[in-house]
Amino acid sequence: MSSNNSKGYFISKGIDGFFLIFSDVIAFIGRFFKETFRRPFEWNELVKQSYEVGYRSLALITLTGFITGVVFTKQSRPSLAEFGAQSWLPSLVAIAVIKSLAPLVTALICAGKVGSSIGAELGSMRVTEQIDAMEVSAVKPFKYLVNTRIGATTAMIPMLMLYTAFVSMMGSYLDIYLHEQTSFTFFVQSAFSKITFLDFASSIIRSIVFGFTIGAVGCYKGYNTTGGTQGVGKAANAAVVTSMFLIFIEEVIILQIINYFR
Amino acid sequence: MSEAVKNKEDKKVVIIRDLYKSFGDNEVLRGVDLELNAGENLVVLGKSGTGKSVLIKIISGLLKPDSGVVNVLGKEVPILKEKGLNELRLKIGFSFQNSALYDSMTVKENLAFPLVRHKTNLSKKEVDKAIDTVLDAVGLLEKKRQMPSELSGGQKKRIGIARTLILQPEIMLYDEPTAGLDPITSCEINELINEVKAKYNTSSIIITHDLTCAKITGDRVAMLLDGRFVKEGSFADVFTTEDEQIKSFYDYNFIQ
Repeated sequence: MSSNNSKGYFISKGIDGFFLIFSDVIAFIGRFFKETFRRPFEWNELVKQSYEVGYRSLALITLTGFITGVVFTKQSRPSLAEFGAQSWLPSLVAIAVIKSLAPLVTALICAGKVGSSIGAELGSMRVTEQIDAMEVSAVKPFKYLVNTRIGATTAMIPMLMLYTAFVSMMGSYLDIYLHEQTSFTFFVQSAFSKITFLDFASSIIRSIVFGFTIGAVGCYKGYNTTGGTQGVGKAANAAVVTSMFLIFIEEVIILQIINYFR
Repeated sequence: MSEAVKNKEDKKVVIIRDLYKSFGDNEVLRGVDLELNAGENLVVLGKSGTGKSVLIKIISGLLKPDSGVVNVLGKEVPILKEKGLNELRLKIGFSFQNSALYDSMTVKENLAFPLVRHKTNLSKKEVDKAIDTVLDAVGLLEKKRQMPSELSGGQKKRIGIARTLILQPEIMLYDEPTAGLDPITSCEINELINEVKAKYNTSSIIITHDLTCAKITGDRVAMLLDGRFVKEGSFADVFTTEDEQIKSFYDYNFIQ
C-alpha cells in the first residue's frame, strides 16, 4: 500500500514538473517575441551571432552534405540498376536531398554544433554571474543574449540547408559522372524535373522551425543553468538531446501538414 | 513607507526592515534590519552561507525577498516594475565576487558595454575618454585591449569595479572584494574601495569575511549571524564583546 502511495506521489510530482517546465518554456518563448519588437535592437550582436552560426558551420556542413550526396547515390544505384533505371538516379537523389535529407541533416548537425555551443556559452555566463552583471547594469541580458541567438539560428539554418542541398547534389553529380559520364545539364534537368516549388517551400519552412527550435532550446537550457560547472555540461548536453528529439517530432508534424495541402 | 518616515530618513540611501528570504526549506535571512547612510562604507561581516550575498542581491533587485521593506534611494525595490528597476540600477554599482567580466569581450568592450547602451548620445571620443578615466582611476589604463583571461585575479576585480564606476553610481555593492586574493593585492583592493568612496562620493555596502578588509574599508561594521544582524558599530565596538560566535569569528580570522 505504501509502495503504491509513493509511486503515485512520484507520478504526480513528475506530471507537476512537466507542466511547470512547459509553462516556463512558453513564458520564455513569449518573452522572446515580446522583446523582439522592443527597442533598442541589438543588430551588431545579431550579425556576430549569424556569422558564428552560419559561417563557422560551413566546413562541417560542406563535409557532411557532400558525403551524404555521394553515399546516398552509391547506395541507391544497385537497387535502380536491378530495374535498369539508373537514369532516374538524379531525380531520386534530388527528391531525397531536397525534400528530406538536407533539412534534417543540417538541423541535426547544427543541433550538435550550434545548440551545444549556445547552451554551454550561456550556461557558463549564468554560473559566472555575467548575466547577473548585465542585469544589474540595467542592460537587458535576455534581449542581448537570447533574442540575437534565436534570431541567428532561425535565419541561418534555412540558408545552411540550401547550401547542404547544393553540396549534396554536387557530391551526387560527381559520383554519377564517374560512373555514368552524365552531363551536368542533363543531371540538373533530370534532378529538378520532379521537384516543385512546394517541395522547396516545405524544406525552407521546416528549416526555419528547426532553426528556431535549436536556438530556443540552447538558450533556454543555457540561460536557466544551475549547479556550477557541472550544470554547464548538463545544459550543453540537454540542449543537443532536446533539440534533436524536437526536430524529429516537428519533422513528422510539418510533413503531415504539408501533405495535407499537396 | 509613509512620507513622514521618508523625510526623517532622507539621508539614508538604503533602508531594510524585517527582511526575510528562504530558498526552499533553508531560511537564509530571518528578519534583517539595515540602514546605509549617504557617503558611508558599511561592511557586512559573516560566515559563508549566512546570506550576505543574498542581502545585496535583494538590494540590487536580482532576488525578490519573501517579505520585508527594501528601500533604496527612496524606491521600494521589490515592487518596482522593470523600467523603474532599471532606472534605479543605473545608480547602483555591483562588484561581483568573481568579477563577472564578459569573457568574450576585451577590457575596453567590457567598459563600453553598459555605457553605450545607456548614454546613447555620447560620441566615440567621449566613450573612449570615459573608459580611460575609470581605467586610470583603478590604475589599469594599459590593460585596455586585453581579454579578461589575460588578467590576474586582482586586475579582474579592478576592471569589475571600473565597469560599475563608468555609470557613476551613487551606491556601490561589493561582494567579497578580497576573496581569493593574496594579502598585498587584497590591501590594494581595500585602498581602491576607499579611493572610490572619496573620488566618486559613493555609499557602499561591502560584503566580506575578511577582517582586514573590514577594518580598512568600514566606517561601520555589521555582523550577520544565522540570518540576523547580531551586532553593529565601529570595528572595535563589534569585536569588543563576550559573544562566543563573534569572538570565534575574530580569532579564526587571525589564525588564518
